[in-house]
Amino acid sequence: MASIWEYANPLKFMRTTEAALPFIGWAAALCLGVGLVWGFFFTPDDFRQGSTVKIFYIHVPSAMMAINIWVMMLITSLIWIVRRHHVSALAARAAAPIGAVMTLIALFTGAVWGQPMWGTWWAWDPRLTSFLILFLFYLGYMALWAAIENDDTAADLTSILCLVGSVFALLSRYAVNFWNQGLHQGASLSLDKKENVADVFWYPALVSIAGFVLLFVALVIVRTNTEIRARRARALMARERLG
Amino acid sequence: MIALLARDLRLAVRAGGGFGLGLSFFLIVIVLIPFGVGPETGLLGRIAPGVLWVAALLACLLSLDRMFALDFEDGSLDLLVTSPLPLEGIITVKAVAHWLTTGLPLVAAAPVFALLMNLPGHGYFALVLSLLIGTPALSVIGAFGAALTVGIKRGGLLLSLLVLPLYVPTLIFGAEVARRGAESQPYTSPLLLLAGISFAALALLPMASAAVLRVNLR
Repeated sequence: MASIWEYANPLKFMRTTEAALPFIGWAAALCLGVGLVWGFFFTPDDFRQGSTVKIFYIHVPSAMMAINIWVMMLITSLIWIVRRHHVSALAARAAAPIGAVMTLIALFTGAVWGQPMWGTWWAWDPRLTSFLILFLFYLGYMALWAAIENDDTAADLTSILCLVGSVFALLSRYAVNFWNQGLHQGASLSLDKKENVADVFWYPALVSIAGFVLLFVALVIVRTNTEIRARRARALMARERLG
Repeated sequence: MIALLARDLRLAVRAGGGFGLGLSFFLIVIVLIPFGVGPETGLLGRIAPGVLWVAALLACLLSLDRMFALDFEDGSLDLLVTSPLPLEGIITVKAVAHWLTTGLPLVAAAPVFALLMNLPGHGYFALVLSLLIGTPALSVIGAFGAALTVGIKRGGLLLSLLVLPLYVPTLIFGAEVARRGAESQPYTSPLLLLAGISFAALALLPMASAAVLRVNLR
């Protein structure tokens, strides 16, 4: 029976993902193109926010990705700790810089939107602050990967850091709620239809979110496969030096 | 375990590192703040709880990197790991020793430094209480960071990058207790949350630190 663990074999993982990569890549480009163009040019301006509302099509997907990428890293780290599949650890490593960039995009677009709307680039609002803390967690995680020479040691240490960091990131998320009342509005997208934004904004936003997810998957595949190849090359060179 | 604690304490006091250094660093930060924001006593009194907490946190951070690094270099850490003591216990003892030499002096000295910062009179009790309850968490979390970076040359900077984000919840609740105390507001709920963080960290984090240390000593 086919099992998901078959993909723990780097060869199988690479073959499958390389075959799927063009489709995922083009789908990402298509979704991003359609979502953003639709969002930017073919939706009405908001009643109160004017055209600034259009940054929403970048801000919301990148913010969602920033959080979900950390969750993905948490899961792959757990798989590495429990089952010791190298592909899993490498995928976590590959995801981290993308997550950091997504966090930065969310913070940046939020600041650009906040300047005309709230009258300030930055406020110590719980959501903003917890995103900044999340960014610091990403930085620490990547710095630890970079600092350790031995690949397996680095994978072990960063996985444990990811687990502990997740607990503390969650704690910080609720601690900052306690510390300051927010300026940021509540969830703009949820499955509960009553709380949602109007349909005209909702559909292009969905397409754009799908684009961001696909883009992330494509980037992780490329980065993971690059790392597998780099390791293989290193192993070959080591063998040559010995032989 | 008691022998290990005594050894670590003796080392900290006699070997010219750690002990007193954190305290001096705390003093220097407190002295620098008025130069930065101006000597106006009202303003200083208002920011005192937060500044004292941040300074305590930085002072704690200063002596973290020597928690395992010295023992790692001269090989005594390997001996400790092979001893019959559980590694989790060793780490807890090390964290306790760190707290006794860094955290506890900070708690004891905090009222004096609060005086320098012109903290309102009724805020002293909450400040000392919050530091007393919160600084153990700083030591235990720090032990995790120190265990992570023990094998890395010049890991001090990396250590602060890893540990400071983990300090955020402790700092928020600790400073909140001190601030509410200074403003004569009830501070039971942040105090309980702070105590929760401290106890949970003390109970759970040594496991993570031990796992990390085992990887590093492999």
